[in-house]
Amino acid sequence: MELGIFYTLAAVVLFAAVMVITVRNPVHAVLFLVLAFLGSAGLWLLLEAEFLAIALVLVYVGAVMVLFLFVVMMLDINLVPLREGFARYLPAGAAVALALASVMGFLLGPRYFGLAQFPAPRRMPADYSNTTALGRLLYTYYLYPFEVAAVILLVAIIAAIALTQRARRRIKTERPERQIHVRRQDRVRLVSMPAEKPAGEGGA
Amino acid sequence: MFYMLSAASPEIVVLVTACLVLLVDSSLRDRGHAAAYWLAQAGLLLALIGCALLLPRVAGLRWFFGMVVIDPLAVVLKSFVLVLVIVALIYGREYLRPRRWLSGEYFALTLMVALGALVLISAGSLLMVYLGLELMSLSLYALVALHRDAPATSEAAMKYFVLGALASGMLLYGMSLVYGVTGTLDLQTLARTLTAAQTGQPVWVLALVLIIAGVAFKLGTVPFHMWVPDVYQGAATPVTLLVSTAPKIAAYAMAMRLLAMGLSAGAAQWSPILIVLAVASMALGNLVAIAQSDIKRMLAYSTIAHMGFLLLGVLAASPAGYAGAMFYSIVYALMSLGAFGVVILLAGAGPETDRLDEFTGLGRRSPWFALVALILFFSLAGVPPFAGFWAKWFVIKELIHSGHVVVAALAVFFSVIGAYYYLRIIRLMYFDVGEAARPLAADGDLSLALSVNGLAILAIGVMPGVLMSTCLRAIGH
Repeated sequence: MELGIFYTLAAVVLFAAVMVITVRNPVHAVLFLVLAFLGSAGLWLLLEAEFLAIALVLVYVGAVMVLFLFVVMMLDINLVPLREGFARYLPAGAAVALALASVMGFLLGPRYFGLAQFPAPRRMPADYSNTTALGRLLYTYYLYPFEVAAVILLVAIIAAIALTQRARRRIKTERPERQIHVRRQDRVRLVSMPAEKPAGEGGA
Repeated sequence: MFYMLSAASPEIVVLVTACLVLLVDSSLRDRGHAAAYWLAQAGLLLALIGCALLLPRVAGLRWFFGMVVIDPLAVVLKSFVLVLVIVALIYGREYLRPRRWLSGEYFALTLMVALGALVLISAGSLLMVYLGLELMSLSLYALVALHRDAPATSEAAMKYFVLGALASGMLLYGMSLVYGVTGTLDLQTLARTLTAAQTGQPVWVLALVLIIAGVAFKLGTVPFHMWVPDVYQGAATPVTLLVSTAPKIAAYAMAMRLLAMGLSAGAAQWSPILIVLAVASMALGNLVAIAQSDIKRMLAYSTIAHMGFLLLGVLAASPAGYAGAMFYSIVYALMSLGAFGVVILLAGAGPETDRLDEFTGLGRRSPWFALVALILFFSLAGVPPFAGFWAKWFVIKELIHSGHVVVAALAVFFSVIGAYYYLRIIRLMYFDVGEAARPLAADGDLSLALSVNGLAILAIGVMPGVLMSTCLRAIGH
């Protein structure tokens, strides 16, 4: 029963992942990514990691992917230039992919990563809370990395704002509230100068 | 609790300063830049004091469940990173102020680069290595893209970001293989449990190759050097200066933590890989640098060559070799700092051309700064008695000691080739007469810092034993 669910979900995830990178329409790609996330959430549930499963659905499917959909639908992506040079780079790309796949197939087999090396996790009692366990780890053992990860997000925010805000500072805008309050003294400066004859005029 | 916090005191101070800098700068608007600058400098200085006073008291121990390692290596490297960033800010302000490019983000992101380097230097776990690296790299990508007035800058930022992400991915993949096989992320546990027989297995070789790719990208060695010339040339000079100093020391620390400490059992596997990287870097860097007419691009290829040389010290896989590489990384960072300081001085407030011709007749225009530049470029070329010579000397000595005589001979050969393009600048400064040379206008801070920088290179060159014995003690020899 559990094995059946696992294989079904795994098949769904793999299918969706392949579709993400092969479908032509970017909106469809995003929707397939949502499907892949939902399948992964199911896999988390099988591992009794409820918090991760719910976080994946809420954060990724609920928030990130919706934003993604907005972006993809708003941007008018012209697909033709993206596919330019596809045939030209295909041999090199295929060679690299093939080499990598064969190395991985050779190394990532059951010898190092088989079921014998990875026993199934112990079943937890019904009152076991995945959230508590996660929180306990995160705020003790992983406290320092957790904080550093938060700083990385801060840097991402600073960088995003600095890179997008920059252009706006140079734009000259009208300020109507200052325009109507302007007085003559602000704009016109009367300078009294002694009258001057242009040089060389008197000589003639 | 107090000891635990003081173990992370430099990081905490730098982080708080970065946040304060952002607040001050955004609330004071245009007048905030001066306040932000002095605040950043004060924070870095405070962190440096923390490094010098608090860290030795908690040294030799692992904190935050082994995530943070405070050993003499960390104390020395952290102190140098903070000094480098302080000087980099002094140089950077002189360049950015006349161009009206000063911004709170520049200071905050520079502080974040320092923070990432500090985290990386005392990383005790693969997780911390990755997080420190990402913190540093992400801030650097943003800094490169910050002043994108020329198309070359956007191109540089894009290349740096895409290639950096790829390198991070490879590093992460290598780390995941290590974790998959051993079930631990802790570097000390890895060092204790791994045996040489284990690391000979194919899966370990793949993991090592991927991890070395990540390290080599950060150092900028061949064949992961593609980004270096474009980023050095495209980024604003203060950012180039930053890229070429503190992150190089951090990258050395990363190589030490990963290869020399965590995966020391695999030395027989990673040492030959490093030989290939080092020799290829020295060859390509020194040969291509000759053809450059842009000073920043030339210094980029010089970086590639120097980083190859640095790897020679690591691949000897002995304490003296590690100490030699540490000496090299510190001296290189100081030399690069000074060289870009000279570039900033020459650019002044006017339009920056970065042509080598800018150096023409410097000996007559400004005898003192020409002398400082002479010290720096002689040192980069490895001419005795300057610091660069001793850096090369210690590495080559240990290389011969560990039996890599052919590699040592190649290193000397390429160094001699490399000397040509540094000496060419000295010829331009002293023996060539330029047409209409601009007078130099240097601010008090810049000229003082640059003079101290040049004299430091001279002082290390006259007394290399002081720094070298510090390095040896830091490695634990």
